[in-house]
Amino acid sequence: MRLCNPKNLTVQPEHFLEIRDLNFAYDERPILRGINMDIPKGKVVAIMGGSGCGKTTLLRLIGGQIRPTGGHVKFDGKIMHELGRRDLYETRRKMGMLFQFGALFTDLSVYDNVAFQMREHTDLPESMIRDLVLMKLDAVGLRGARNLMPNALSGGMARRVALARTIALDPMLIMYDEPFTGLDPISLGVIGNLIRKLNDALGASSIVVTHDVQESLQIVDYVYFVSEGVIVAHGTPDEIRSSEKPFVHQFIHGEIDGPVPFHYPAPPYLEDLDLEPSRA
Amino acid sequence: MLDLVRNLGHKTVNAIWRLGYAGKFFFLTLISSGTSFRRIHLIVREVYYTGVRSLIIIVVSGLFVGMVLGLQGYETLQRYGSSSALGVMVALALVRELGPVVSALLFASRAGSAITAEIGLMKATEQLSAMEMMAVDPISRVVAPRFWSGVFSLPLLTAIFNAMGIFGGYLIGVVLIGVDEGSFWSQMQAGVDFRDDIMNGVIKSLVFGIAVTLIAVFEGYDSPPTAEGVSGATTRTVVTSSLVILVLDFVLTSFMFRGA
Repeated sequence: MRLCNPKNLTVQPEHFLEIRDLNFAYDERPILRGINMDIPKGKVVAIMGGSGCGKTTLLRLIGGQIRPTGGHVKFDGKIMHELGRRDLYETRRKMGMLFQFGALFTDLSVYDNVAFQMREHTDLPESMIRDLVLMKLDAVGLRGARNLMPNALSGGMARRVALARTIALDPMLIMYDEPFTGLDPISLGVIGNLIRKLNDALGASSIVVTHDVQESLQIVDYVYFVSEGVIVAHGTPDEIRSSEKPFVHQFIHGEIDGPVPFHYPAPPYLEDLDLEPSRA
Repeated sequence: MLDLVRNLGHKTVNAIWRLGYAGKFFFLTLISSGTSFRRIHLIVREVYYTGVRSLIIIVVSGLFVGMVLGLQGYETLQRYGSSSALGVMVALALVRELGPVVSALLFASRAGSAITAEIGLMKATEQLSAMEMMAVDPISRVVAPRFWSGVFSLPLLTAIFNAMGIFGGYLIGVVLIGVDEGSFWSQMQAGVDFRDDIMNGVIKSLVFGIAVTLIAVFEGYDSPPTAEGVSGATTRTVVTSSLVILVLDFVLTSFMFRGA
């Protein structure tokens, strides 16, 4: 297992997403510090870490939704934060993003949600859009649910519809923000399976931001661990499983205490309760 | 004391900054409106939600305001033996003032708050972010159609409010009290000027439509993405719109009707 030097990655030389010395801060509060990553073509890469460690912020930086305070994200040869509005939108057409709870348009049916991008970005006739939408919905097993409204879907179904919408225009890069959150075991397995299958079928690259260790280690090719805004470890799933690094070990095995402490920093317990140590 | 001054300064700077941001937002909405007009069904759909669904409150309110005007107007006019002027009094009060102002206030409460809540919830549930990531500009796809729907709807709603108000005045004055029907309509026809009264009322409602809908879409788009944030933004829409309508009404009236 290698530690914090992804410039030496040996996964695959063809990286069409490069992240170099990326820094981001909200006001004065640093969120990400010195992030370096390479996402090779055709691979599924997981970014893991505890809640609030900056994983979703990283996805937003990759999508160009926010500007880094240092470093850059280079996608398909273009530095994202240097792109003008028109070029940024042009570049985003090559990306797809699955949001944590699907972010389906609640005023549109399942069918119209999936057709949304096709209608916005192409001049395809409605008959062809219909065929494409049904193909995408069939890929996620929800062809029969095309007339339902989002409020009639379960959490797992909504996530699958959102996935069909994400791949509507066959993106080169698919980003998943916590795709497994709140799903029952069956839906969780279905989504995990779809992430892998769709990536391979489309020849795309995928980034899965998650803290669901067991499910994601089964489907990804490479893992980055982020803690407190920095990459603390990275490697293949096998390397991660056998890691003795304390943070990774605690995370993988779900240990209560360790480098990530159980207790939020606080004054001594007895002192807080106004009890003298001798009386306790 | 120092804290008070600092706090006041902070709030003032924030208010000015927000005003500037709203101005920039308005400009962005205008230049992003091309899509809305190329795909007119986007605006038509919103006209249904903001305009058509406001019809009931507008029709009922218009009718009752007109009925009250009929009662109050007759009570006052008969003291001077001018009860035949009831029609023109009701009509002028409605087309010049009450129609545009009350319609706008009702529109802000019914449609403005709904627009803010809808856009705010779209933001809170990441629908706007999803749209951005799909390379679709939320301002041109979500904000602009709602903005123009409000601008088009309010003058039409005001016209309906006025018509219902006049009908309400007729019901009370002519049908219930027995004012001469011929005088009621002929004095109204003679006393209401198309340009000075009706067109000025239309201009007012157009300006109110722009102001109310801009406030509604801006508050929704700028709301913090939380339940509390959306609820606060919805309240701000109604309060700010109401105050802006009353201030604008005074300003417009002072320009339109001086010495007339």
